[in-house]
Amino acid sequence: MMLKAHRNHPLWLAYMLHRLSGLALALFLPVHFHVLSLALTRPESLDRFLGLADNPAVKLAEFGLVFLLAVHFFGGLRLLALEFLPWSARQKTLAAASIAGAFLISGTFLLQAV
Amino acid sequence: MSDRSKLLEVSVWRGMGDEGAYETFQVPARDNQTVLDVVSWIQQSADPSLTYRYACRVGMCGSCAMMVNGVPRWTCRTHVKRVLRDGALQIGPLRNLPVIKDLAADMDPFFDKWIRAGGVHRPSRSRDDPIQQVPPDDPGRVEANKGIECINCSVCYAACDTVAGNPDYLGPAALQRAWTLYNDAKVEDRQAVLDSVSGAGGCHNCHSQGSCTRFCPNELDPLSAIAGLKRASARSFFRRGE
Repeated sequence: MMLKAHRNHPLWLAYMLHRLSGLALALFLPVHFHVLSLALTRPESLDRFLGLADNPAVKLAEFGLVFLLAVHFFGGLRLLALEFLPWSARQKTLAAASIAGAFLISGTFLLQAV
Repeated sequence: MSDRSKLLEVSVWRGMGDEGAYETFQVPARDNQTVLDVVSWIQQSADPSLTYRYACRVGMCGSCAMMVNGVPRWTCRTHVKRVLRDGALQIGPLRNLPVIKDLAADMDPFFDKWIRAGGVHRPSRSRDDPIQQVPPDDPGRVEANKGIECINCSVCYAACDTVAGNPDYLGPAALQRAWTLYNDAKVEDRQAVLDSVSGAGGCHNCHSQGSCTRFCPNELDPLSAIAGLKRASARSFFRRGE
């Protein structure tokens, strides 16, 4: 699919990413709750299902899930900042950069600890 | 005019109302040439029946906006060199508006929404009162100043996907106008301004895609103006709930 020319800019892409991640999470949640409910109704089915979780493909899917959550979470924070903080664009860029820097440093620290 | 033999491949929308198709013209390339020059050349030298709209040619009147290679632009200030793709241009009427003929879009819905958004100045003083002093560095004035250079070209309106998806949505230009009024010290009834832009089709329909700000030829920021209206109407909602 070719992106239409008037949509080819970061804010529109951020909007679409936020929507798509939200949609994917909405599809995931009912499945998630269903699996959790197995703990009460059919524990042996749950155990069999959890056995699947060692599969590398599932690990990859888990990564995708965390990615979706992170994208959606930060997409929401971005919107809140955009709409509810009457800051100048420069101030917002600086704020975003400092948060990104903080995550980079703390993330590196965490990876070293692990 | 370094190379007289060079030609531009220009496809132009022809048709009335919903019907139409792109027609291709060969237009001589010039060193300095705006998209409006190209359209004018076609009308003057190739097909006099081509319909389009312009007036000032210097980016003040806001009447010559068209879709150029899929992006809304003021054609009089858009140099061909900047937007040419593989020697070709595609020029169409503004998006999100009905087409009258060829490149002339019907601007009525756009201006009707200015009126619906309360875009008329309702003064708080009569001519018998002394003129109200507004200090230039007053925060409200500073905020309003950011939006008053709008030339009503409808580029933001054509760029907005929310307008495309919701015909009732007032659109970035009308909402930005309301935001300048909301910040205008001379406007007494701020709540009336908010009320006319916070209902159905108002500022809360905006999805913050930011195409308005991205493409505004005067480098205004309707996205932030609409965010300002959202903040103001949210604040007024909680205040009224007390």
